[in-house]
Parts: sequence; structure tokens; C-alpha cells
Amino acid sequence: MEYDIAIIGAGISGAAIARELSKYSVKTILIEKNPSVSMGTTKANSGIIHGGYAAKNGTNKARFNVASLPLFEKVCNDLNVSYSKIGSFVVALEKDQIEKLYELKENGLKNGIKDFKIIEDPKKILKMEPNLNPNVCGVLYCPGAAIISPYELCINLVENAIINGLRFLPDSEVIEIKKEDKFKIITRSGIEIKSNIVINAAGLYADKISSLVGLDYFKITPRKGEYVLFDKNVMKINHILFPVPTKISKGIVVSPTVSNNFFVGPNAKNIDDKEDISCTLDGLKEVIEGGKKLIPNLPLRDAITVFAGLRAVSNNNDFIIEQTEIDGFINVAGIQSPGLSSCLGIAVYVVDILKNIGINLRLKTDFIPTLDKPPHFAYLSPKDKDELIKKDENYGRVICRCETITEAEIRAAINSPLPARTLDDIKFRTRAGMGRCQGGFCTSRIISILCDELGKNPTEITKHGKGSELVIGTTKHLRRDTK
Amino acid sequence: MSEIVDSKIITCIGCPKGCQVKVSKFKNGNIEAEGYSCKHGKEYAIQEYIDPRRVLTTTIIVKNGILPLIPVRSNQPLPKNKLFECMKEIANIKVPAPIKMGDVLIKNILGLNVDIIASRDLESKIN
Amino acid sequence: MKTYITDIAIIGGGPAGLAAAISAYENGVNVLLIERDFELGGILPQCIHNGFGLGIFDEELTGPEFAQRYINKVIEYKIPIMLNTMVLEIRPNKNILAVNKNEGAILVKPKAIILAMGCRERTRGNIRIPGTRPAGIYTAGLAQRLVNIEGLMPGKKFVILGSGDIGMIMARRLTLEGAEVKAVIEILPYTSGLIRNKVQCLDDFGIPLLLQHTIIEIKGKDRVESVVVSKVDENWEPIKGSEKSFECDTLLLSVGLIPENELSKTAGVELDPKTRGPIINNYFQTNVEGIFACGNVLHVNDLVDNVASEGTLTGEIAAKFIKKIIKIDKNFVQLLCGRNIGYVLPQKVNKTAFKNSVRFYMRVKKPENNVYINFKVNDKLIYKKFERFARPSEMLIIDLPKQDILIDNNILIEVIPKEKKSEN
Repeated sequence: MEYDIAIIGAGISGAAIARELSKYSVKTILIEKNPSVSMGTTKANSGIIHGGYAAKNGTNKARFNVASLPLFEKVCNDLNVSYSKIGSFVVALEKDQIEKLYELKENGLKNGIKDFKIIEDPKKILKMEPNLNPNVCGVLYCPGAAIISPYELCINLVENAIINGLRFLPDSEVIEIKKEDKFKIITRSGIEIKSNIVINAAGLYADKISSLVGLDYFKITPRKGEYVLFDKNVMKINHILFPVPTKISKGIVVSPTVSNNFFVGPNAKNIDDKEDISCTLDGLKEVIEGGKKLIPNLPLRDAITVFAGLRAVSNNNDFIIEQTEIDGFINVAGIQSPGLSSCLGIAVYVVDILKNIGINLRLKTDFIPTLDKPPHFAYLSPKDKDELIKKDENYGRVICRCETITEAEIRAAINSPLPARTLDDIKFRTRAGMGRCQGGFCTSRIISILCDELGKNPTEITKHGKGSELVIGTTKHLRRDTK
Repeated sequence: MSEIVDSKIITCIGCPKGCQVKVSKFKNGNIEAEGYSCKHGKEYAIQEYIDPRRVLTTTIIVKNGILPLIPVRSNQPLPKNKLFECMKEIANIKVPAPIKMGDVLIKNILGLNVDIIASRDLESKIN
Repeated sequence: MKTYITDIAIIGGGPAGLAAAISAYENGVNVLLIERDFELGGILPQCIHNGFGLGIFDEELTGPEFAQRYINKVIEYKIPIMLNTMVLEIRPNKNILAVNKNEGAILVKPKAIILAMGCRERTRGNIRIPGTRPAGIYTAGLAQRLVNIEGLMPGKKFVILGSGDIGMIMARRLTLEGAEVKAVIEILPYTSGLIRNKVQCLDDFGIPLLLQHTIIEIKGKDRVESVVVSKVDENWEPIKGSEKSFECDTLLLSVGLIPENELSKTAGVELDPKTRGPIINNYFQTNVEGIFACGNVLHVNDLVDNVASEGTLTGEIAAKFIKKIIKIDKNFVQLLCGRNIGYVLPQKVNKTAFKNSVRFYMRVKKPENNVYINFKVNDKLIYKKFERFARPSEMLIIDLPKQDILIDNNILIEVIPKEKKSEN
């Protein structure tokens, strides 16, 4: 296999870069160790497009967050990604925190942010956000902040790139990279890929990939953040709510999601194990207490799930995006918050790096910028629902009753350019299983549909790849005589 | 005085009290109970000691039905110590659809004079 | 869009909906029964164990057998049924939006609605158990569906959290099919299910029941590998140092049911936070005129016999309401929950109803023995009923006898210990 460009890691950075490169006539491959895209940090974060005022002026974080802001609307429109500019508050709960708001504003102005303001009138604030802690003294209000589904963006970026010629190679952990005249990438299963350029976007393992070519000038520390997610329509939260930030973190947030849920989280704890995405008793307590500071009447009874993600923190605490000492090896590492908010700007910059090192990048004339997706049945009018079912009767069978997801949408996900093969794939592409019953109703039905579409037995269907099989056999197999 | 050769504590299931009834077998063959609060408890515990029986409810694999399994029950309680053997017997057979509730699917299972009957109607697959 | 006009639309074809449909039909009105699954019966087809029907049929039936009795009647009466049809919305004007493959989106315009949607199960995420999120974590009901309907075994080494009846029934079911159930873990100091199930599902198979314990962590990256169990104190806080690890490949959760009222909300039906079901009056009517509720969607029941009884009553009342035989006037008194009363239904009773006996459904919060359930109006005791064993897991059904006095103020229901006679 020979390519012009190999991207390692199909998280949000790799996905954005792949899509950007798919505009050009270069042969690109996206290599991912997991069975699908977006399975690392990208699937477990706050889903916030930050307003650009918080990242310290002069850092890469600030630069790329700000550069990305004007790009989101068009990309999300083209790629059918839910994106909602609901604005954010940084909330000062005590008088002496107001000073911090002014510091943030100062920093934001330096970053080039203009449309944001400090409101010090609690009555006005509480009118905008009625469930906020009534002790609020003031907020920094940034209307430009938005919420997005990070995995929806990642999936749709890669799908669009595939339609435009990207080769996607999942289940392929990179274990060796040799530099000869080209790079020779070897995966654990023995696949060899030759490429002129390697872009290392391997998230938590970016340091490991970098060291494969002898570049170990940085280290990635996993920093865990835990979340509690709440049901829809149980409490009105209008903006993304931040506490006043600390040195290491923006703090425990309360925020709505694009699916009308809301969450509290994340906390921030450095750990050693890059595979440890477990939730902890202390972590969840911390997150709930933090959430209660902003929203005292947190409806805990309506919490529907808990999850955790790991930030990829580099030792200089900033993004590392550069052509390295090794010609053609580009690091895109340490993409912690505001990584999601910066991905589009990072992608544009990486393409610039390639141009600057002399790679010939010709824009395609037949680039397809848009991505067609099956309609979200749940949001259609009754008349449109009726017409859709008459066109395709599989829209008439609701599989996930909590999120109103139909059989047609599930089958479409299995047959898409980035095919869903596991229960989690279906969940992250269609939202089936993300509702209040957490798959209690739909799981058995989704297993049947996956078996039908993929020609598999139920024992072969997994939650998120090999080793996570959902059932171990038929009901009688433990008692039956084995012949 | 006759010796106790065996005894067992039986939890009575008649009411929420759940009396712990001690049933003892004597060398002379007598069986006696103590610790019950009512005569139902005494009767239940002694019966449970002498000949514990359970209704078996399970499923049988179906051939050509609209569902892969049919729920079934034993039409009489079975000896408690034969349940696993019955389950093994049942695991190795398949019954054809259509089936009507009450149909005898296994007659005289393991020679115990108990039948396994269908708990519901099940139609054939229309193919 | 196709439109259906009927007298009573019943949402849910489980035991509550089936009983209501039959009763409404027998009372002379048109009925449309709407069910999302491919067959009628609700949860009963997967409840293959026996113990159903003692109250209504004086027989011990399995779940499918109980359902079949009602299904046969529905077929005999040729009651219109829609299967594989999911209701998406109930509008405040009682129009129902539903979808199915054959007809697309349809509008049902009934004169009255009976809500009979049942419950969903509480999940791992609801109770926020720490740990990883591997495959192999199932609610007991989903596991029951897999084992009994789909013919699939979720795993072979189980730990079950929650000693309610569903958890214990599944412990037996899985053991009979050859799996190993290592323990049933219960946070309370007593089992929340029937003693009969403890004996016949756990003791019979030597499955340990760990009371006053809970699961504090789930381990396993791709599939469950073990759970960490800890003893708890009276405040349900884990006691440090008491942790024990249980190796298993599946964790089953039997930690409670929640009435499924998302559709009720779309209609503007007011819910009671204590039951998580609609607030009703003694006609099973919600705050929306013409919308009634019965069965598990109203409150989580223990016995299907009562679910069916509620359905039967509600069907009759809704039919009489449509035929204007019953007039539901607006003079109600409220029912208030006093000492150790978790909830009471109905929450409102028509003042004139007390001329006859009125049925109340309630649960205590904590178990108590030898108590009186007292009914008080204006601090005056109007009725008391003795209960030898009052348990949260066993719903109390109390028929307040007809009252000679005028009940014109709120009724307080409380649990009061029977005074011990002093021994001289």
C-alpha cells in the first residue's frame, strides 16, 4: 500500500485533517487502531466550541481556537452536523471572582474576541438563566460559544473524506515506523503502508507514535474527566455554564447538549493508565458537587448515565503542531481543551505546513463538500414522517423509543461509507441506546438488525469490537450435550 | 427417647413471617417439626422435608415458529432433585410449530409421571 | 395522513391495556388498542415463571398463560388492535400521533384515552455505579427478554444487584439453564421480594444473598470481568475494608422500575413525584379530562392480578364517562401522606364518592409490623385497618367503607404502631 499522506489516529484532529486533505489530489490513508473512528478522547468530552477568550494569549490553543470559530457554521451545515450557538457564561459566585472575569475578558480581547461582555446584574443574569445559583455576582457572557456533538462531527468528517477518496484503515494499531526514502508503517496485524508524509494525530498515544521514529521530546499524560449526563426536558439550562477557571482546568461545567440533554463535568485528575476510562466514586461526587455550585437544584434522580474521558496533556500544556526534525513527520499532539474547538483551524494549518515543505497540493475539481445523511425522523413534522414512511417503510418501525430512532436510520448507518458494525457504532451514529432506558428496549432489536444486515450470528455482535461480545450463546447451549 | 438422625431448617413461604421451622427425623422413623406459628407452616415444612417438589417453568427450542422458543411448564410439581436432569433432557429437543397452549410437548418426562406442556399459542412461520 | 376515530384509545397491550380493552368493550363502546410490539401481552410473554393469576383466576399461571386468557377474549370480541405501532405524541386535545410500517403516520381521534404503557427499568447510569463500561451489564428485564424470547444467553457467570422479585426469578432461570449465579447483592437489610422467591430461587440453588451490600465498582475493559462488592451502613455508605471481589462476566441489575410517562407529559398530564405516575382521582382520571391511567404506568405494581383489576375498572369507568353515565364533577378532597406512607392512590377523591366504598392503593416507606393504617380528617380518625406485616414491597389495597359523615376536607393517611397492652 503506497500513499502520499498517512494520518495516524481517527480522533477529531485526524478526522479534520483527513477531510481538509480530501479537497486536494493527494492519496491519503487514515489509520486507526480501534474498530472505528472517534473511540478515544473524541467520544467522551464536553462537546463545547469555546468562545476563544479563555486560552492564554500567545499559545497555540488560543491561536487555533480563534482561527476555527468562523469555520464551524459552514462545515457543520455542509456535513449535516448539529451545531448550536447558545452562548456561555463564566459564573462568578463571589465578589472576589469578578476580578477573574475581567482577566478573562482582557485575555479574550488580546486573542481577538470582540463579541462578549461582563454582566454584573444578578437579576438580568437570572432572567437569562433561571436555574442558576441565585448567589451569582456576575458573568462573562460570550454569545459566540456553541455546543456540538463531537463524535457526530468526527464521524461525518471522515465519511465525507471517504466519499472524496480517503482510505480508512481501522483495527490497525501502528507498532513500527521505519524511515527509508519513504516512511514504512507496520501495524500489529502485519499490514505495511508506505507513505511520503506521516501525520501523527494519535491522541493519548501521540508520544508513543512519535518515539517510533526516535522523536521523544514530549510526553502525553492522561488527565481524566468524569461526567454525569441528565435526561431531556427535566431542567431548563440555556447556556454553557463555566465556573471561574483554575490553573489546570476550565472547571466543572454544566451544559446543555445538542440532543436536549444536559451534563455536569468534567473534573480533572492526572492518572497513569491511558486505558483507564472508568468512573470513580470520588470523581462522580466531585463532579456533582461542582455542578451543584452552579445549579443548586440538580435533578439527580434524572441522571441517565455516567462516563469518563481522558485529555491528552503534553508536558508544555499546549498543542504541539509542527513539522519535526524528521522530514515529512508531522506531530499533532497534546490536543486537550480547546482541541475540539480548534480542529478545523488545525487542519488548515497542517495543510499549510505541507505546502511549506514543498508538497504539491492541487485542489480537486470534483470535491464534494456536502454529506447527505438520512433525515432525523424524530424531528420531522407528522406530515413529513408520513411521506418518509411511505417512501421507505423501515421508517415506520421505531427501534429506540427514548430517542425515536427508526429501523431505517439504523440500517442506513450499517450501510454508510463508514459502516456501523457494533452496538456502539449504532449508538454513536444514530443515538439509539443513548436515552433514558440506556438500551433496555432497543438492544435486543438492534442485535437482530445487525445480524440481518451483516449476515452474522448474535454471538458475533459486539459492543465496541472484539472481546466485547454481547451474548455468549443460545439459551440451551450450556445444558445441551456437546457432540 | 429416640435419637434425631437428621434435621433441616425449612423456611416457610406461607406468609411474610417466614418462620424457620426445624424438621427432625428420629431413629424410630417419626418426623416432627418445631418453630412454626401456625398449622399451615407445620404441614408445609414437613411436606417440604419429606418430598420437596417444584413446578418447572422453562423454554423449549421451536422449529419453524414465529419465535425461536416456546415457554413451557410442568403440569405437576417435579421432585426438586430432578430439575437439572429435566433441564438437560429439554435442552436436547426441538418441537415443531404450530403449538397451542396446553399441548403436551414432552410426555412423562424422565418417567416421573409429569408432562411438560406449552404455556402459550405459537404460530408457524409463514415462509 | 390516515385518521382513525374511536371512542376509547388504549395505549399499551399489556395486562392493564388488555383488561381495559375487554372491560370497555363489554360496557358498550368502541375501542382501539395500540401496541408497539409484534404481539400483545406486554411484559408477560417473557415472564415464563408461574405465580400469576391467584387473585383473578384462583389458579397459578405462568405469565404467557395469564396473557393468553386476555388475548383470547380480545380476539373473540374482535376488538380493533394495532400492532407494531409506536405512539409518538398525545396532544392535549387527546389526538394521538402514531407510526407503523403499513400505514405511515396516523392520527387517532378518541373521545377518551387510557394510558397503559407500563414501566422501564432503572439502569446502571441512573444509580451511577462507578467503574468501567464494558459489555455484559444488563437490566434483569432485558436479560429476561434475551433468554426467554430471543433464545440468547447473556453470559455464564452472573452477579445480580437487587433482590427484588425480578432479580431472584432471573437467578433461578439462569441457574436452570446452566449458568453460575455467584451472588445476589441487596442494599437493604431485607430482601425486597417475596420470601417464596428467596427460598425457591436462591436457597434451592445455594445462591448467596448478601444483605446490606452494594456494588461499588465494575471492572473489565471490553467485557465485565469482576465486580467489587462492599458492605454498607444504615446510610447506605460503603464500609471501608469490607470490599470483596466477585469474578463474573455479566452483571444483572434489578434495582427498580420507573413508570414510563414520556407520552403522558406530551399530553400535559401532571405527574406525582412520589409514584412517578399520573395524579389521578377515584375515577382513574388524570388532570386532563378524558385521559385515564392504570397499571404500571400509574404506579409500579407487585402482582399482575391487581394490574388487570385496575385495567378492568378503568375500562368500565372510561366507557361510562363517554356514555355520560358517570359525570365527574370538580369537588375533590386531597389525600395526604402521613407517617411512613410512601404514596397513596388516588391522590384526589370526589366528595360524593364516599357514599360508597372507595378503594385506596398505597405503600409504606419502611417495613413495620403490627400497625394501624389510619385515615384522618380534620384530625379525627374516620377509619383504621390493622396490618400485621406492612412492607414497602407489598402494596396495600384498602377499601375505605362508605362514610356516613360528610368528608369535606383532606384525608391524612398514616401508619401508627399498635399500642402494646400493658402487662400487669
